[in-house]
Parts: sequence; C-alpha cells; structure tokens
Amino acid sequence: MEGNVWKFGDDIDTDIIIPGRYLVVIDPKELAKHVMEGLDPEFHEKVNEGDFIVGGKNFGCGSSREHAPLALKGAGISAVIAESFARIFYRNSINVGIPLLEAPGISNHLDTGDKIEIDMDKGVIRKLKSGEEYEFQKLPEFMLEILNKGGLIPYVKEQMNK
Amino acid sequence: MSMTMAEKILAKAAGKKESSAGEIVMANIDVAMTHDLTGPLSVESFKKIGVPKVWDPEKVVIVFDHQVPADSLDAANNHLLMRQFVKEQGINNFYDVREGVCHQVLPEKGHVVPGEVIVGTDSHTCTHGALGAFSTGIGSTDMAMVFSTGELWFKVPETIRFEVEGTLKDHVYAKDVVLNIIGQIGADGATYKACEFAGETVKDMNVSDRMVLCNMAIEMGGKTGLVEPDDKTKQYIKGRSNKTYEIMKSDMDAESLKTMHIDVNQLEPQIACPHHVDNVKPISDVSGIEIDQIFLGSCTNGRISDLRTAAQILKGKTVANEVRMLVIPASREIYSKALDEGLINIFVDSGALVTNPCCGPCLGGHVGLIGPGEVSLSTSNRNFRGRQGSPEAEVYLSSAAVAASSAITGKITDPREI
Repeated sequence: MEGNVWKFGDDIDTDIIIPGRYLVVIDPKELAKHVMEGLDPEFHEKVNEGDFIVGGKNFGCGSSREHAPLALKGAGISAVIAESFARIFYRNSINVGIPLLEAPGISNHLDTGDKIEIDMDKGVIRKLKSGEEYEFQKLPEFMLEILNKGGLIPYVKEQMNK
Repeated sequence: MSMTMAEKILAKAAGKKESSAGEIVMANIDVAMTHDLTGPLSVESFKKIGVPKVWDPEKVVIVFDHQVPADSLDAANNHLLMRQFVKEQGINNFYDVREGVCHQVLPEKGHVVPGEVIVGTDSHTCTHGALGAFSTGIGSTDMAMVFSTGELWFKVPETIRFEVEGTLKDHVYAKDVVLNIIGQIGADGATYKACEFAGETVKDMNVSDRMVLCNMAIEMGGKTGLVEPDDKTKQYIKGRSNKTYEIMKSDMDAESLKTMHIDVNQLEPQIACPHHVDNVKPISDVSGIEIDQIFLGSCTNGRISDLRTAAQILKGKTVANEVRMLVIPASREIYSKALDEGLINIFVDSGALVTNPCCGPCLGGHVGLIGPGEVSLSTSNRNFRGRQGSPEAEVYLSSAAVAASSAITGKITDPREI
C-alpha cells in the first residue's frame, strides 16, 4: 500500500469522522462527501484513493456508528494509523475491511503530505522520500484474512461455503 | 478461581465455569437491541449474510428513538425498512415512534435483568450495567452476526472498580460524580475495561442515578458500566420482567480487578467543556458563560428524577428571553408521570419547549440543532465538535439542576445560587 498522509490529532471522535445528521444514508460514497467535515470541510475533495489517515491517541472514540469506517472507506482511505484506537471503532473498521495500525509515537514522525508505503506482513511504515521506517503492531492472521476478503461478511460467507 | 462480575457473566454466557481478562470467549447473547438510525445498516448486513431468519426473534428488541417522528424522507424510508424487518422476522419487542429512548425503554419494559449479556448498536448500551447486566455497544456488522447466530466474540475485559465514598452536597448528583471521574482518568482512561461503580455513595443511589454512571462509562472508553445488584435492583425489576436471573458479584481478590477511590464529600457541580467529555471543570471556573440553548433530556438525564429536580428550580420562574430550553422526557412512561405530577405545566409556564420522547438534539440529527457560534448547555453525554449541529458551535455538559438554573439566568449558573 502506498499513498499520502493526512494527519489529525488526539481523540478524533466519530462525530468528527461523520456527523450524526448524515447517518440516515448508508451508501459509503454518499457518506464520504462529509467525512472529517467538522475539522476540514474540503477534506473529501482533497483526499485520494489509497491515502492514509494518521491520528494521535484514542482515534475513533464515541459512537458505535459503523457509518464512520464506511465513510473513510468510501473516501478511499486505505488504512488508519494511530497511537491508539477506541474499542468499538476498532472492531467496526476491521469488520468493514479497513486496516487499523497501532503505532505508538507515530504522530511525531509523520505529517500531512508525507508519502508513505506500508508493508502489512512485516509491520513496517516507510517514508518514501527519506526511507525512514517505523514499526506498527502486526495484525493477527485471522484479521489479515478478514481484511483480504474485504470485511467480516464476505469472510464469513466464504467460510460457510467451504 | 476468584473472578470479577464481568468475568463471571461472560463465563456463564460462554457456557464455561471460568473466564479471565484477556481471554477471547464466544458468548451467547440474551438481548440484541437496534434502533432506527443504526438498524438499517444492521439489517442490510444481515441480508448480505443471507441467513433467512434471526436466531431468536424474542431476544431481538427494536426501538425507534433517534428520528421520531420521521423528520425527512430518508428517515421515513429507514422507518419503513425497519417496520418491514420487524414484520417479516416476527419480532414482538418492537417499540415504534411513541415509546422513547432505547436505553430507558429497555429497562422499563423488563428487557434488562442482572447476569445477562446485552448488545446494542449504540455506544450507550453500557447503561444497562446499572442493573447488573454485561451490556455493550457494537457495530452493525457485529449485530448482523448476532442476528444470524445468537453469538458474538468478546475479549474478556479487566475491571476498574470505582469505590465512591462520601455524601453528595445539595445540588450535586450522579452526573457530577461521573463527570468528575472521567475528568480524572481521561477519555481513554478505561479503554476496553469494565467500569464497576461501587461504594457507599453508589449503594445509596437509586437505579436512575446508577444508570447515569453506567451510561457514561463509554466516555472514558469503557466496554460496559456495572453496578452490583441489590434490593433496589430487584425492586426495579419486579413487575417489569418475568425473566429469572442470577446475581453475580465481583470477588474482591480477583486478579483483574483494580480499585480506584473517589471521595465525593467536597464535590462541586461539574461541567464538561467543549469539545471533549474529559475537559471537566468545577462550575465555579465556568459560571457566567452565556448560553443560547439548553437541552434537558437524553438517556443520561431525561428521567423523572431529573425532571423533578429541574421543575423544582424552575417553578414560578421564567426561562431567560435570549435562551431556548428544550425539555425531552426520556420515555412515554416518564412523560406521563411528569404530566401527572404537574411538571410539564411548570416547564411550559416557564417558557420551555416540551417535545415527544426521543434522543432530541443530543446527536444533532433531529430536533434542536444549533448554529455557528451558538452555545449549548446539555444534560446529555457528549460535547464533541459538531455533535449538536454546527462544528463552530460549543456544547457544555451538566446535571439537570445546572441546566434549570442556567435557563433562568441565560448563563451557566450554580443551582445553589438560585
């Protein structure tokens, strides 16, 4: 995976990721038009397919709305990297097929505009310009399987058909 | 083996004798709740899995509370989709637009008893721990799995037991206690942990106040709130539920139990300031801040005791001209009781707006949104940026008493000064 970094701070909550008034729709592409709107109203126009979000501690705190990871997915975000994640958001993101990478200290090293590459198998984030590398906690095998299938439902359906 | 209450409940739900923190267990679900806002995504995911029928329609509870009555064509379509699902699945525990906020309706209608595992597609599902159930918020995909199989995997959490001691001063409430705790340990201070509220102060609290504590466990990252069941719990359930239940309590020597002592003798009314719930200050630091809208209601503080407290302060007084005050009882039962007790008259006479039971402006998706630059004082549980409308607005959180006294002056006001 390769893309640009968009950096945000600590405690990025689900109301920032997708405000409550947009939850009446469930189409990821529609939700993506409002993703991160509270902090940057033009974010959805600037972000490109494959880009990464980098956050501080407690990313995704708040509501259980699965619309939050769906909005990120609709916007083309390929992974979220943060110091730590809130519990329900973590589970929801894996379930809809978005990798969440926990990398303590990472917000000191990455900034908006950095181009990075991620090696999921090795657990390494690499800055393309400088070649600097940072480790993240590798995901367990079953989670990688779920992500490879595009989320929990396609994964379970395949398991059921085996 | 010594176990916490959370470990005991999850072990039982997983059909095991023991479970310990960190272990992954597959637990049978006793109650699965969804509502009009996160329900449609759950139903869509369920249909994608392709299982024709939910595992047990009697264990599924559906409540319409976020956008009731429908405020847009999109909401009306979502309601239609959910009513259709209720019909085709033969779900009897369905509460349409009239009944109130899910976290109040579930205990009121007898769906919550001690020792059970409850999941809901709403993060404040942790409220039900007030009656001794292991209750937690999940996403729509996980709910679709529950609908299909009746099971869900959990990592058994460690427990933080908050031993709350002391006598609350006049006009200091459960809301002030929990805001104070969140301010102390931070928005991620209890991530993935069960938050057990105990101690003399909690024992003295009624079930409504315990619900306030458990409701806000998620605001410090908690997986569930919990209160050890006692006679008050049994009294509350009596006449509401026919379910048999088992009372489980934490062993004090359980390995994964950590205790934190909270002394509330000197506690002042607490305010959570924009834009994070852990940005908590004593009222003396923020009194005088001008307010545009006040919201009294929600699954945190929309209960009869909150309405009584607020009405007592507002009786014979007038809501300041420059302020609009919304009063939203959390359920039909509470609304009816408030009518019988004359509380609604007091609110209406003082100039407050009273609406039908619903989530109201809490999540900024239905009635009472606030515009750029406006300031809201709310008895609900979240003050995130943009939560109640514009991202340029500000939300302060408080008890019902602070909400009522501030309504009179138009500024954040200590109820002890009214």
